[in-house]
Amino acid sequence: MASDLNINKQTQIALYRTMVLIRQTEEALARSHQQGLIHGACHTYVGQEAVATGVCAHLKHQDVVFSTHRGHGHALAKGVPPREVIAELFGRVDGCSRGRGGSMHLFSPEVGLMGTTGIVGPNILQAAGAGYTFKLLGQSLVSVAFFGDGAVNNGAFHEGLNLAAIYQLPVLFVCENNLYATEVPFSFSSRNPQVGERGAMYGMPGIVVDGNDVLAVYQAAGEAVTRARSDGGPTLIECRTYRIRAHAEGMRDGTYRSTQEVAQWKERDPIKLLGARLTTDGIATQGELDEIGRTIRAETELAIEFAKNSPFPDPRTATDFIYSTQA
Amino acid sequence: MREITFTAAAREGLAEEMERDPTIFVVGEGIGARGGNFGTTLGLYEKYGGMRLNDTPIAERGFVGMCCGAAMTGSRPIVDFMFADFILDAMGELLNQIAKIQYMSSGRLKMPIVLRGCIGIGNSAATHHSGSYYSIYTHIPGFRVVVPSTPYDAKGLFKTAIRSDDPVMFLEHKSLLNLKGEVPEQEYYLPFGKANVVRHGEMVTVVALGLMVHKTLEAAALLEQEGISVQVIDPRTVAPLDMDTVLESIHKTGRLLIVDESFAPCGIGAEVTAQVVSRGFDDLDAPIARLNGAHTPTPYSPTLEAAVVPNTETIAQAIRDLLKE
Ligand SMILES: Cc1ncc(C[n+]2csc(CCOP(=O)(O)OP(=O)(O)O)c2C)c(N)n1
Repeated sequence: MASDLNINKQTQIALYRTMVLIRQTEEALARSHQQGLIHGACHTYVGQEAVATGVCAHLKHQDVVFSTHRGHGHALAKGVPPREVIAELFGRVDGCSRGRGGSMHLFSPEVGLMGTTGIVGPNILQAAGAGYTFKLLGQSLVSVAFFGDGAVNNGAFHEGLNLAAIYQLPVLFVCENNLYATEVPFSFSSRNPQVGERGAMYGMPGIVVDGNDVLAVYQAAGEAVTRARSDGGPTLIECRTYRIRAHAEGMRDGTYRSTQEVAQWKERDPIKLLGARLTTDGIATQGELDEIGRTIRAETELAIEFAKNSPFPDPRTATDFIYSTQA
Repeated sequence: MREITFTAAAREGLAEEMERDPTIFVVGEGIGARGGNFGTTLGLYEKYGGMRLNDTPIAERGFVGMCCGAAMTGSRPIVDFMFADFILDAMGELLNQIAKIQYMSSGRLKMPIVLRGCIGIGNSAATHHSGSYYSIYTHIPGFRVVVPSTPYDAKGLFKTAIRSDDPVMFLEHKSLLNLKGEVPEQEYYLPFGKANVVRHGEMVTVVALGLMVHKTLEAAALLEQEGISVQVIDPRTVAPLDMDTVLESIHKTGRLLIVDESFAPCGIGAEVTAQVVSRGFDDLDAPIARLNGAHTPTPYSPTLEAAVVPNTETIAQAIRDLLKE
């Protein structure tokens, strides 16, 4: 645990709150999936909450995030209301993509969520592009790409990091190394198990942090964001973490990893880790933490109700928005 | 009126738009100080510097994906591919991202990006520098696809492309780049989806694109001496495609030939044919004919290369044959 950091109390509580919000939304989504309310895929973020939380805590609304198929946590941490995420997965008109996207295509440009993608890789390039706009227009804004270890073996990683480095773009490349891409261990798909150190290959700082320690992520991301805002160029941050649930809801999960391994990582649950620290340091009592949990549970239930009551989109609008104007 | 080349006309359009709008930037290999392999950006780097005339590494997928993100966040990228064949390395970014972002974001994001490059068979460029592929992009919802045939059209359509909030493929036939033609000094814009009737005639309608417009005009001039009157239509943009102008013409002539240097299967000619059959069948006095480039990779040797594209003589013959039907 990053215990020597000087992060103020309100920030620590806010980080705790965001992680719980993500966790409870994900668990509600998992239940909804079992109830047949979600029509397509649902990749949850349970276990990885510290990463989105620690990074997005530094971002303003105009800063932008480009996320992946496992993107609910990034959307929520960036400020998309839970009810809009849930309604989107339910295919409803109040969803953040108005029912056009589902889990893998969440868009909320109003708060800087520039999309989650169903294709592994392209968001790395798009994040570089947002950085290009910010630099071109002289805006002091930052762009973030979140991606899994699986994306590191994709050409987009190489091209995106190289482009961001040569143009010195204000971008954070945040790799969430959860050890597996679907069922394929990173140790199988890459001969070099290190991701963070690859920053050096592109001439940018490369940092490795404990991705289950939200304060460590917060600290590393803060430095990278400051560097990016002051024209200091991009940073690669590898967050070592673990996905607790199956790759996607409804998928089997017992064959490629052991129950002991999952149990060990559950011990290092990011919410538990921060909760223990907050009580030990006297920043919050267990009762106060429980209260946060209860409040968010009530909010999540309301969000689910909202989504259930939101209408399905009008079929006559199915081909709207393909072009900026008709013909 | 003054005459300038196709490339100079498009470049003038680019310069005018860049002067007006500081969010426009160009990326590509050698488009900085060098001014572009085909001179597409000559003189602009000196004026606007490296951020707006951005020399890229040879990373087509990378810089196309990067420009997608740039277009999503308030700038207006123009990707200069030199040869449009290189676009294929970025196909996923194009079809899965650039073409779909406006839709996926329910119109809250725009995609003001222009992707330009030269197309077409000629000069023994061989198979990796001769592709056209416009029917592939036309097949995908989300793109505008422009294939200009004259300097005048190149400038007017390029300016419209730059101002468009949709992704535009701007495909320039390599054999036309040095073609000179009349271009007014004052600014103008040409609309997408408005075909140009480049020659009026009574007996047969020919739809042709890019270089084939010029070959068809040569054939039509030749046939005039044989008493054959040919109407030539240049759609100029294949997405959107102006079918009304084509249908109007067939109402008069009753006969249609589509000349396309690119492949026949699932191509532009197939699309035009299907639409004429469903909307103008009663106007037809003969089966619709297509004359295409051969369905083959492009060979290098001049004799082989010439054998795979329509030319003035084969076009003239196709028109004569159609009139016998
Ligand atoms: C280009 C591409 N290939 C394959 C897939 C199918 N796919 C979806 S998620 C996934 C694994 C991704 O692993 P990783 O990037 O490590 O992210 P994680 O799922 O672990 O969060 C794969 C192979 C895809 N979406 N895109």
